[in-house]
Amino acid sequence: MTGPKPNGRAGAPTPSRLRPRDVLRVAASGLRARPLRAVLSALGIAVGIAAMVAVVGISASSREEVTEQLEALGTNLLTVAPGQTLGGQQATLPEGSVDMVARVGPVTSVSAVGEVDASVYRSAEIEETHTNGLTVLATRTDLLDTVGGTVSSGRWLDDALAGYPTVVLGANAAERLGVSRTDGTVSVWLGDEWFTVVGTLDPVPLAPELDSAVLIGWPAAMEVLGFDGAPTTIYERSPESAVAAVRDVLPATVNPSSPEEVTVSRPSDALAAQAATDETLTTLLLALGGVALLVGGIGVANTMVIAVLERRSEIGLRRALGATRAHVRRQFLGESVLLAGLGGVGGAVLGGGLTAAFASTRGWPLALPAWVLAAAAGATIVVGALAGAYPAARAARMSPTTALSAP
Amino acid sequence: MSTDTLATAASTGAAGADAVVELEDVVRVYPGHPPVRALRGLSLRIDRGELVGIVGPSGAGKSTLLHILGTLDQADSGTVHIDGHDVGAMNDRQLSALRAHRIGFVFQQFFLNPGVSALDNVADGLLYTGAPLARRRRRARTTLERVGLGNRMHHRTNELSGGQRQRVAVARAVAGRPSMLLADEPTGALDSASGAGVLDLLHELHSAGTTVVVITPDHDVADSLPRQVHILDGRIEHDERRTR
Ligand SMILES: Nc1ncnc2c1ncn2[C@@H]1O[C@H](COP(=O)(O)OP(=O)(O)O)[C@@H](O)[C@H]1O
Ligand SMILES: [Mg+2]
Repeated sequence: MTGPKPNGRAGAPTPSRLRPRDVLRVAASGLRARPLRAVLSALGIAVGIAAMVAVVGISASSREEVTEQLEALGTNLLTVAPGQTLGGQQATLPEGSVDMVARVGPVTSVSAVGEVDASVYRSAEIEETHTNGLTVLATRTDLLDTVGGTVSSGRWLDDALAGYPTVVLGANAAERLGVSRTDGTVSVWLGDEWFTVVGTLDPVPLAPELDSAVLIGWPAAMEVLGFDGAPTTIYERSPESAVAAVRDVLPATVNPSSPEEVTVSRPSDALAAQAATDETLTTLLLALGGVALLVGGIGVANTMVIAVLERRSEIGLRRALGATRAHVRRQFLGESVLLAGLGGVGGAVLGGGLTAAFASTRGWPLALPAWVLAAAAGATIVVGALAGAYPAARAARMSPTTALSAP
Repeated sequence: MSTDTLATAASTGAAGADAVVELEDVVRVYPGHPPVRALRGLSLRIDRGELVGIVGPSGAGKSTLLHILGTLDQADSGTVHIDGHDVGAMNDRQLSALRAHRIGFVFQQFFLNPGVSALDNVADGLLYTGAPLARRRRRARTTLERVGLGNRMHHRTNELSGGQRQRVAVARAVAGRPSMLLADEPTGALDSASGAGVLDLLHELHSAGTTVVVITPDHDVADSLPRQVHILDGRIEHDERRTR
């Protein structure tokens, strides 16, 4: 055996090499050759990503809104209501229970309402049977501070007004009765008497039962409507750290003889739970977005399969220029990932825009967690790679001569 | 990549002082019903610096031979040495390396990218050498000047005439200064004047030292070449050298 031949350039040629930057260039030029097709097949991915980003963004914004709301409202409000007696009948709270709650050490404020057996109408002519779902509540004047409610228009009941036939309407009640004027010129027919509307309330998130209620003073309820003075809901606040302890002692405090007939609840829990139930819907919508993404991925795969078939002579030429099978595979895989990535970026921008628009119409804070965008980017890369894997492998497997003899 | 294998392939090559191509008893059968015996025991040696015409009727096996010379296709039996390397013992990466650095191709259909400039088409001839873009373009520029298209560099190739396009393709093939230029009927799609121009270019490259193998069905064209290998039914019918 002789040594290396004395050929001018014998010896191993340097391996062929395609720089990473050139992979990107080649992939991009493949897409640029058919821009409309690229845009259309990227659109499928964009729709999927936009849906997923918007769903997560909107639900995050809504949760942020609830969090901010709870922060503003406080989570230290407890409500006390009568439960059922052992016999299965509606229990009542003892008359003096409000004062007993006030005497519990950590309690900082306490108030109550009592349901009055009366109906309220816009005019005296409406038939009694035509109920409108509004409740009439005898209300202590310190209620608004305890539940964190605010007056929308007019004024709140004070000690002077509480003795006269005047009402303050909850937000829904005002709407249902069609009352917007609170200057004392509008009255509602309550029981057997005209009550003057002196104010309306904003919605009370921690006590939504007040929204559809008509509120009258405690003394007026007793004198005019024969209210028995028994509270039906007690509202109470204590420092955040003491809430659990207060909650434990409340039933026995309110009704020492039968504490099991007392129900204590924390309205902020209900708000938080409501935000949590939204998550089921979010998951469902997210899954729909995933399906859209899958369909988009199939579109990309389809585009790539066609591209490989159409560009056989290009593949043959590249092999003649020194491309390895791996280089060809990388080119088409790169093209597929780039195509999906294009859709991903478009979809993220679209989804972010949708989230911002939706949040702003609701007056919510905009919350778009960074992980959503990272996940979107990851998802498009995975989808692009999966969609491109088969066509790219097919392009790489093609024999150079067959590729070159393609029409 | 295993450069050892390549070195071994080079050292075990059949002797031959300065052979760029050494085929021995090469057989290529295309499977099918019935199988097509495109090359039937063909032996051929081409030395460095030669200009060789492959002549023969359609279906004789000329393109098949060129594909084997260019390592795009493999012989079913026999041995093939290109630039000193035993092609039968090389893997895809090694063959691709050979094509990227040592072999240039020109095809009848040009195979240019119509959407980019002549310059970038030629620069793509160096794409798989791993040279950076700036260097690829620099080399493309000098090569285009060499083929007489210095004033057309920034034209897209669909703005060029057929003759100019084939010159761009030739420039792409030789930009990397290959050991051997393989051209499969490079004038087949051109009118006679443009064809003559491209042929002149091949002569020039040959004079400058490039080994050129050109397929032509045209006997007049073949007559202008210093060596003509006549192929018929997958065999060499005769191999004549013109002495100047
Ligand atoms: N991929 C292929 N599959 C089957 N037969 C082929 C293939 N390529 C070429 N042939 C056949 O091999 C023979 C030689 O073809 P080719 O080398 O292209 O001839 P030429 O270039 O001299 O016209 C022809 O009979 C052709 O039909
Ligand atoms: Mg042919």
